[in-house]
Amino acid sequence: MAKHGWRGGWFGTRPAKLAAGAALALAALSAHAYTQSSGGYNTPVGVTEISREVYGLHMLIYWVCVVIGVLVFGTMIYSIIFHRRSKNPKPADFHESTTVEIIWTAIPFVILIAMAVPAAATLIRMEDTRNADMSVKITGYQWKWEYEYLGEDLRFFSTLTPELNKARQLRSGVDVTQVPNYLVDVDNPLVLPVGKKVRFLVTSNDVIHSWWVPEIAVKKDAIPGYVNEVWTRIDEPGTYRGVCAELCGRDHGYMPIVLKAVPEAEFEAWLAQQKGQEVASAAPVTATDVPVAAAAPAEPAPEQQMAAAEPAESESAGLSKDELMAKGESVYKANCMACHQANGAGLPPSFPSLVGSAVVKGPADAQIAQVLKGKNLMPPFAQLSDPDIAAVITYTRNAWGNDAGVVQPAQVAAQR
Amino acid sequence: MAHQETHADHGHDDHAHHGPEKGIMRWIKTTNHKDLGTLYLFFAFTMFFIGGLMSLVIRAELFVPGLQFVDPEFFNQMTTLHALVMIFGGVMPAFVGLANWMVPMMIGCSDLALPRVNNWGFWILPFAFGLLLSTLFMDGGAPAGGWTMYPPLVLQTGNAFPFLIFAVHLMGISSITGAINVVVTILNMRAPGMTLLKMPLFVWTWLITAYLLIAVMPVLAGAVTMLLTDKYFGTSFFTASGGGDPVMFQHIFWFFGHPEVYIMILPAFGIVSTIIPTFARKALFGYDSMVYATASIAFLSFIVWAHHMFTVGMPLAGELFFMFATMLIAVPTGVKVFNWVATMWRGSITFETPMLFALGFVFLFTIGGFSGLMLAVTPVDFQYHDTYFVVAHFHYVLVPGAVFSIIAAVYYWIPKWTGRMYNEFWGKVHFWLSAIFINITFFPQHFAGLAGMQRRVPDYAVQFTDWNVMSSVGAFGFFIAQFIFIFNMLASCFGWFGRRQDLPDRVWEGAHGLEWTVPSPAPYHTFEDPPRIGEGELTAVHDEVDALDHHRLA
Amino acid sequence: MASPSTQHTERYFVPAPSAWPFLLTVGLVTLVIGVAGYLEDSNIGPAPVIIGAALAIFIIFRWFQGIVRESESGLYGTQVDRTYRWAMSWFIFSEVMFFAAFFGALYYARLLSVPWLAGEGSKLATHLTWWPDFEATWPTGGPAGLGGPFETIPAFDVPLLNTLILLSSGFTITMAHHALKDDKRRNCVLWMWATVALGCAFLYFQAEEYIHAYTDLNLTLGSGIYGSTFFMLTGFHGMHVTLGTLMLIVITLRLMKGHFKPESHFGFEGVAWYWHFVDVVWIGLFIVVYWL
Ligand code: HEA
Ligand code: HEA
Ligand code: CUA
Ligand SMILES: [Cu+2]
Repeated sequence: MAKHGWRGGWFGTRPAKLAAGAALALAALSAHAYTQSSGGYNTPVGVTEISREVYGLHMLIYWVCVVIGVLVFGTMIYSIIFHRRSKNPKPADFHESTTVEIIWTAIPFVILIAMAVPAAATLIRMEDTRNADMSVKITGYQWKWEYEYLGEDLRFFSTLTPELNKARQLRSGVDVTQVPNYLVDVDNPLVLPVGKKVRFLVTSNDVIHSWWVPEIAVKKDAIPGYVNEVWTRIDEPGTYRGVCAELCGRDHGYMPIVLKAVPEAEFEAWLAQQKGQEVASAAPVTATDVPVAAAAPAEPAPEQQMAAAEPAESESAGLSKDELMAKGESVYKANCMACHQANGAGLPPSFPSLVGSAVVKGPADAQIAQVLKGKNLMPPFAQLSDPDIAAVITYTRNAWGNDAGVVQPAQVAAQR
Repeated sequence: MAHQETHADHGHDDHAHHGPEKGIMRWIKTTNHKDLGTLYLFFAFTMFFIGGLMSLVIRAELFVPGLQFVDPEFFNQMTTLHALVMIFGGVMPAFVGLANWMVPMMIGCSDLALPRVNNWGFWILPFAFGLLLSTLFMDGGAPAGGWTMYPPLVLQTGNAFPFLIFAVHLMGISSITGAINVVVTILNMRAPGMTLLKMPLFVWTWLITAYLLIAVMPVLAGAVTMLLTDKYFGTSFFTASGGGDPVMFQHIFWFFGHPEVYIMILPAFGIVSTIIPTFARKALFGYDSMVYATASIAFLSFIVWAHHMFTVGMPLAGELFFMFATMLIAVPTGVKVFNWVATMWRGSITFETPMLFALGFVFLFTIGGFSGLMLAVTPVDFQYHDTYFVVAHFHYVLVPGAVFSIIAAVYYWIPKWTGRMYNEFWGKVHFWLSAIFINITFFPQHFAGLAGMQRRVPDYAVQFTDWNVMSSVGAFGFFIAQFIFIFNMLASCFGWFGRRQDLPDRVWEGAHGLEWTVPSPAPYHTFEDPPRIGEGELTAVHDEVDALDHHRLA
Repeated sequence: MASPSTQHTERYFVPAPSAWPFLLTVGLVTLVIGVAGYLEDSNIGPAPVIIGAALAIFIIFRWFQGIVRESESGLYGTQVDRTYRWAMSWFIFSEVMFFAAFFGALYYARLLSVPWLAGEGSKLATHLTWWPDFEATWPTGGPAGLGGPFETIPAFDVPLLNTLILLSSGFTITMAHHALKDDKRRNCVLWMWATVALGCAFLYFQAEEYIHAYTDLNLTLGSGIYGSTFFMLTGFHGMHVTLGTLMLIVITLRLMKGHFKPESHFGFEGVAWYWHFVDVVWIGLFIVVYWL
């Protein structure tokens, strides 16, 4: 992979390289931009009719500005050169001209009208979410996405892959330039059929997020308590990546989006098999038997479990401490480690240590409440299943030398 | 900037005539517009420095991909404070400081209309920012929800939250009192014969800016008050389950926020409109249309706010309206740019440092304006929104825009303030370094943004490395370059390097206006007896203006 | 051409250096630190609040005392008088904008967010997904009926009475003004006390209403968007009435001390303007908050 060697070179950031500047950069970038059709320096053309229209508008307004810029700056530079005192010792003394002023008020006005018309047309098309072929509900959480295929009772979470989660930690020691798709890969991508009009219902569970995939020119804010509608029809199969585009707290930069557009048949197959999973996973599952996830992570992806396995698990009251500790550790890694750290020491003052912390040593109910409801920077984790929460709380109460007893799913359920 | 105590008590010893007190008390108790202008400028300077340091933390973390230095939470705190400090602590106080110094001298009156209120307005600021910055050391750290303070996120702030809110309230009080003072001074204290349409454009733009301030700062105060009650008193303005809407906050905030950005640029327009004619040795082209353009920009600024919210899912009609209204602003702004160019046209231009920064302003602000216009196109803004393209846009209008104009103004008037000329050579060096580095800093951000790099992140996909490397290098370069400026100015204030007070009243031979008819340095009290302005002195050609010689005034 | 202004203009009054503004700031900041500490239930106790408030109030008092002294000793010429007029007008304008923010919130809630949550306009999906069985009504505690069911205060009851009270107070203060202009000090003072009395009456009924709302109607700040907008708007208005009443009392006492001249009495007029502003805001409240 040429790009990596090239990247490696970058890391020393040798001045020479620096001097080589944009040209070099662009050439190499276009190779592996996460927005492929952006060439690494421009808005992606994208893979939908709308995205191409948007790209067209973008270039149009851009060139309008360039032309006007050339005229304005050209005139300025001319008089900077030829009307300097050495060249023109005696200044002219005109200081108004109604005609000229009317002209240069009118012309921009006309240009803008000409610009606004096609823009309005496109906008109107973008907002028309009627008669879609299928609907996906997208819910933002701090800091992951949940996808629900409406009418298909399929719903799952989509989170930064464990590898990336490890690489992105402060001073993780990983050379991120060697990590493929750094920060833009997830355990369970959103899979969609090409050629179908898909309607997205975008909402949020906590704070405002924004679901953005540049290649399909869709960016909609996810607003808690409200639902925004937006649609797309993807022409070409492929993997399209995006990010959360609205500041949503500490890990705003770490809740990417991966969209896999596949031919319809393939999509149907995938759907069927996913629903198969749903049934199969009535018993507690680990992400490993979820194909999509299996691709990337070896570690379990707990969201997958709770998404699928909730009903079965909440019945299975009274888990043994070992069960809880084992499960709890994986839940902790996926949900809590980012802030409270693997060793539970946290990052005070923002993220308090759990080692011997008052909350952890204190009454279980208080801790359960805080996990369910969140506090200040800590988001609510009510979306986790009772067993997961019981497990992770048990884990925190007994790991790192803590010793504050076991919490059972029933106790959690009692507080919901 | 040390005024000559000798000047302090020239003129008449009537009871209303005060020389400065001694020592620190002079600055705490002063009611003198020049003292307060000086305080404002030094305060702004300090804040620019702090805000600059914060931006360097940001740029250092973003230098290369991967998380090297700070926790993401702390990064967000830096982003948030950087913006608040730069806007409310840097640019706005700097402009108020310039208004304090120059408005009375430009319209020929002895002081601002309400000198004690003026003192109050200043002294609130150090305390307000003390509160704000103290949050860095609190549990949960400083606010990290972005300067836009959107709920529900901002409600997750820890102990810092009430301090953030009250700091904003205090800044509001400061701005409003300052603005009222400027408006009243301009409307009530003009020297006989100084009709509205004879006022220098800096005075005009400040009049309109002050009006904007009085109109929108209270709205911001209201918005953050609702945040406060939502967090502590169980109200549900911004909670759907109670019938409110998080987006409602955004509407109220941006109703303040958009006029706010023009508050940060209109005085800059005024400064540039003052400096270009001086060094082009040619009267400002289209004075009247400049005034009308400023007014229409101010008017339009009240009906475009939702262009910051195109992605929140407004009804289509709203999106269309705000797109059209926003695009319209390009027209009056264009008029201004064209007028500046026409002023230079067939002038007899020299390129002293203030002129260089003014020209830099016209070029780079216009670039920022262009990107602004692109952002106004709603369907395309869906791609741009909350990316570094936006960051590039507003830094072009704010840094080489607002900040360059402030720097230009300081170079332009510091000889009048201190009676000592700055060092032209180092001034030019400072300009070229600033101009080059600022473009290295912010131009690449356009590309990063277009290619998909979102705002407010401490780390990014590897593809954006090159843009960020350049941007960080530029940022450090620009920051360091400012030290040249600082020393150059302090040297004039305190007479380092044997700089002498040997300047004529009219420091710039092409300059017009009353401020050039008083001695350099300007005495502690000026125009206690207002001058009389006859026909066409302020915009007219040079020799007529000489008639306004202060010897004949005294 | 410029020349020293020949006709005699008395110089604009520039006050001596003063420590009031600085101390006022110290007071305010101490106060807000105290309040912030209380809100984040840290254990700094009430001391900062008390000290800060006391200092601020004391300074404001001294400051105005100073202004009165300056004004009475004839330091203020006509130009200073105009300054105060302009300044007071712009200050009131800023107050108007402050209320505008809350009126805006009310408008937004009633015409946009509540209907949206009930599925109107482009927000059907919102309704179906989140609040399927919410109907747009006003008043409302929102889809979740936050704060529990509550009753509202009927407009044509105490609020109407309060409206009449404020309107008549507008009348009495105008009468006082006329009396002052034709130098009928006793009448003037009487009219002023009448105005003060009306102001106090208003505040009394408002307080009664709040107690009634909290105890009997279960209408609280927490009663969803209705409670929020209701108490924020009426509450801030109430604060302004309180302030206005205090200002009225001060002015009345000054009148009794023989301050103000029939031809120049801006201190009086400024307060009158402020009172009329409070009055007008209430009319707005009565119509959009209580009535419609
Ligand atoms: C000094 C501050 C300043 C100024 C002057 C401007 C000026 C403009 N801004 Fe900017 N803006 C900001 C500060 C400023 N902005 C900030 C801080 C933000 C981000 C806030 C945040 O989210 O944190 C922002 C964000 C912002 C957005 C939201 C982007 C997003 O978040 O998605 C938009 C969208 O419309 C916008 C538009 C404009 C426009 C149309 C102008 C116009 O006024 C520009 C007009 C000028 C010109 C057009 C150039 C000169 C004109 C000519 C030469 C005439 C001929 C030209 C043509 C006809 C093309 N701005
Ligand atoms: C006026 C406002 C202003 C100014 C001057 C600056 C200056 C700079 N900003 Fe600022 N910035 C904002 C306003 C400003 N910024 C805002 C509103 C945001 C959005 C925040 C948010 O998302 O919530 C932002 C965000 C922001 C980001 C994005 C952060 C993120 O999204 O996570 C970045 C990243 O590079 C950045 C960088 C810089 C840099 C390198 C400078 C450099 O220019 C800094 C160097 C400048 C100086 C050192 C000052 C020099 C001035 C003088 C010397 C004048 C002298 C003064 C007198 C004589 C009185 N800024
Ligand atoms: Cu989610 Cu940003
Ligand atoms: Cu704007």
